[in-house]
Amino acid sequence: MKITVEIDRCVGGGQCVMAAPDVFDQDDDGLAVLLDPDPPAGLADDVQLAARLCPARAIVVEA
Amino acid sequence: MTPPPRRIVVVGASAAGLTAAESLRADGFDGDVTVIGAEPHAGYDRPPLSKQLLSGAWEAQRLELLPHHRYDELGIDCRLGTAATALDVAGRTVRVDGADLGYDRLLIATGVRPRTWPGTEGLRGVHVLRTVDDAVAFREAALSARRVVVIGAGFLGAEAAATLRGLGVPVTLVDPAPAPMQRQVGPDVARLLAGLHAEHDVDLRLGATVRAVEDDGDHVTGVRLGDGTALRTTCVLVAIGATPATAWLDGSGLDLTDGVGCDAQCRAAPDVFAAGDVARWFHRGYGTSVRVEHRTNATEQAMAAARAMLGAGGPYEPVPYVWSDQYDTKIQAYGRTAGADRFAVISGSPDDRRFVAVYGRGERVVGVLGWRSPRELLRARALVAAGVAWRDAVAA
Repeated sequence: MKITVEIDRCVGGGQCVMAAPDVFDQDDDGLAVLLDPDPPAGLADDVQLAARLCPARAIVVEA
Repeated sequence: MTPPPRRIVVVGASAAGLTAAESLRADGFDGDVTVIGAEPHAGYDRPPLSKQLLSGAWEAQRLELLPHHRYDELGIDCRLGTAATALDVAGRTVRVDGADLGYDRLLIATGVRPRTWPGTEGLRGVHVLRTVDDAVAFREAALSARRVVVIGAGFLGAEAAATLRGLGVPVTLVDPAPAPMQRQVGPDVARLLAGLHAEHDVDLRLGATVRAVEDDGDHVTGVRLGDGTALRTTCVLVAIGATPATAWLDGSGLDLTDGVGCDAQCRAAPDVFAAGDVARWFHRGYGTSVRVEHRTNATEQAMAAARAMLGAGGPYEPVPYVWSDQYDTKIQAYGRTAGADRFAVISGSPDDRRFVAVYGRGERVVGVLGWRSPRELLRARALVAAGVAWRDAVAA
């Protein structure tokens, strides 16, 4: 799994933090912080959910 | 028992429709998925229309929700520039391009249409802002106008005013309420918003009604307020809300009172579901039907409806989320800030321009709002999700 965040798209909604808290955090402005760009496979569902929930489509997940 | 679906038709190719198509595949559905889109453009994201697109920071192409190769990967048949025109619930067909398209499950995700000012149809210089074409046309007109008059200071009008000021365009913002977004965020936060717009030299006409949009027979010439004041302008943005795009469903037998009426699982009729701005569903947690015109709901409800179409859905009971970016201020809210009867700041301070506030109804917390406080707000979300008692939230 390879995750990238297009940070200039991020709207700071925090949906990713709720969906996959081991992988995403937010900075003080709310912008997504990628904690782990290559998380264990067990988190794949959470990460896919985060990507789909993101209201700005800022998260890209490659298998 | 209805057999498992083989053909799913999604009417609407925007955030809700495309998310549903993706979710169906993610949930293992391998039958036919057809997505019908009325606009000629591949599905795109609307919140940036009043922000990055209007400001010129982004080209229209950046708004596309899915990269083009993703449609093929998902194996969905996406038909753009073509509108559904009728639904036959009993026959399980939807009329598209004059032909009847059969379905086993149907998702209605046709969104909303902006309200227009009566009598201004076809009048040059009067704009709405719902589609990418609207936004491109409005931007061009606004940049050459000496002043833009924005009618309506809700989310859209307030954001558009802020973006235009960022471009140096003089703006008059008119609303009958005493402050911007007052209906959505209550008087305390609305008052702060009024201050924010005043600091950026927006000509605020609050508590003001519009008597008429005036024209020379071809082009708008001004806006006449209820007190007789004449605002001269060649460019008007009408931002007075939107109505569910359900005209194509007239005669279908569906409940179309303020959107497509649905049960707790987003079901409108046997094998017919709805999601996004157009859907009014029974929110069990609230004990009432609601319709939510916010971006995040389009995604979340589409995911719920996709599961329901596959027979796996539980009740859809989200904590609604909304955000707005105006100037350098990000406002975010969870739950229901509209119609609350209690308000209290629980962290930070309006004077410091960073705070989190709670909204209550009776003895319960029903909403939280953050002003430039995303991290703190996310923590406060739990107060809404758990529906904690007002006294506990305020004492914390």
